[in-house]
Amino acid sequence: MISVQNLTHQLGQQTILNELSLSIPKGKVTALVGANGAGKSTLLSLIARLMKLQKGQILIDNMSVGDTPNDALAKKLSILPQSIHMEPRLTVRELVSFGRYPHAKGRMQPGDREKVAEAIKVLDLVDLADRQLDTLSGGQRQRAYVAMTYAQDTDYMLLDEPLNNMDIAASRALMRVLRDLCAHHGRTIVIVLHDINYASAYADNVVALAEGKIDQQGTPLDVVDSAFLQRIYGTAAKVHILDDRPFVQV
Amino acid sequence: MGGGAMPVKRLSILTLLLALAMIAYMTIGSRGNWDFVLAFRGAKLLAIIAVGVAVSTSTLLFQTIAQNRILTPSIMGFDALYVLIITMMVFFVGGQGMLSLGPYGLFTLNTVLLLLASFLLFGTLIFEHGRDLTRMILTGVILGTLFRSLTSFATRMIDPNEYAHIQIASYASFNSFDMELLYIGVAIIIACLAFVWTIRHRLDVISLGYDVAINLGENVRAVQLLALGVIAILVSVSTAIVGPVAFLGLLVVSIAHLVTPSPYHSTLLLSSGLISCLILVGGQTLMERVLQMSTPLAVIIDFVGGLVFLLLLLQRLKK
Repeated sequence: MISVQNLTHQLGQQTILNELSLSIPKGKVTALVGANGAGKSTLLSLIARLMKLQKGQILIDNMSVGDTPNDALAKKLSILPQSIHMEPRLTVRELVSFGRYPHAKGRMQPGDREKVAEAIKVLDLVDLADRQLDTLSGGQRQRAYVAMTYAQDTDYMLLDEPLNNMDIAASRALMRVLRDLCAHHGRTIVIVLHDINYASAYADNVVALAEGKIDQQGTPLDVVDSAFLQRIYGTAAKVHILDDRPFVQV
Repeated sequence: MGGGAMPVKRLSILTLLLALAMIAYMTIGSRGNWDFVLAFRGAKLLAIIAVGVAVSTSTLLFQTIAQNRILTPSIMGFDALYVLIITMMVFFVGGQGMLSLGPYGLFTLNTVLLLLASFLLFGTLIFEHGRDLTRMILTGVILGTLFRSLTSFATRMIDPNEYAHIQIASYASFNSFDMELLYIGVAIIIACLAFVWTIRHRLDVISLGYDVAINLGENVRAVQLLALGVIAILVSVSTAIVGPVAFLGLLVVSIAHLVTPSPYHSTLLLSSGLISCLILVGGQTLMERVLQMSTPLAVIIDFVGGLVFLLLLLQRLKK
């Protein structure tokens, strides 16, 4: 479980997160949603120690972020940041191999190579494995980054808007892989999503942020309705229910 | 990751070329007593190679921690700072005072001062604004000019006789070195290289960028500080032996990226070191022995390196 207590974060005069508390259940797909500037990325970055904790506490199982050594945390939790500008000449296999760094520290064992091969297979990158990143499309590159995160083999995976640059086929394929990782490999996935319909369709648990606080948390069916969309995004849209999943008519 | 991906063939070719250049340097145009020639040229060759590797390694390290391929320690004014420190020392303590410290004492003091100054100046700069390339370049240019102007100001005020103490450090020359410092300098460079080799995997991870490196469990600040320390020491040693070599580092590391494209420092450290030595030894042989030219090698290297710098900058601006 990821447990966040009384998290406050300020950038200059602006309060990004305000006394935010939250529990993210283990073994589920949790979607973080909210309007632009609600603090989703900041929350994710703080959980993944990409930003320095100002006030509050974050526990991952029993490891406290900020007190736990960096390399120990890297075996427990991985993050795919929103904007990575990676060395464009890396090949996909080289990139994915870096995912094993927390375990191998640069000295890859046969087990590490197997894990890399598995990540490449699961993310459907076998044919692209020896291509350089700058020769790939945006969606393919994004998949390569996810494969690196997969190879890191952590209980918790955090992804910040991984569907950017992806078409519908690539987006659905990635969401299915994430669901499968959760269902069959016991991974806990926390994902920031722009498109509320992807959250409704694939998440077990939706966390809505507004003005640096948790607005609502629950199953998509509990959370997503017309009133919710009006409150969070300020837009009037109809919500239909199909197979126990809410869908926003866009 | 790991040694498997090394471009062995290209590295071997580079090594072979370097060996040929070294043989040519030692033998072409030598007359008279071989014992003397070998000892005399051997010491020069050692100095050239030591400086070559020090410059390529410090440049590669700096580009890794500063996250770009345009800046180098000398563009940021590291060696200008070293020269300034020496000049200020002559200015305030006087040549006699410096002599009483002895060459080693003086060198140690200079290196320690450069270490402190670079942590203060460049450390904060990389930590705070490392991602802002324009700011880094501007700051580097301004700092470099400031250090050089202060140096020339102080030089004008000191006794011309004392100026001799500064001369070797202020102009790059592959013909006149500080021989007293050569052997201790070589030992220090070897120690630095050995250390850099032990942190090569950590450097690989750092070169992926801050967020990714943190995600992979690497302590970015610690590696940046270690690298900065090594850079300051390498710059001190190479500047003390031959003087500042402005664009050599940029030139050789850019060529290394072309000849052996690789994300791994194991490969890049070796290839940039080999290329650096090849350019210096080969160039020196050609200029000195074959063409009998009087233009110093450093001038040509700076000319070509300067062009590379402009090209890289224009390329970057176009994006």
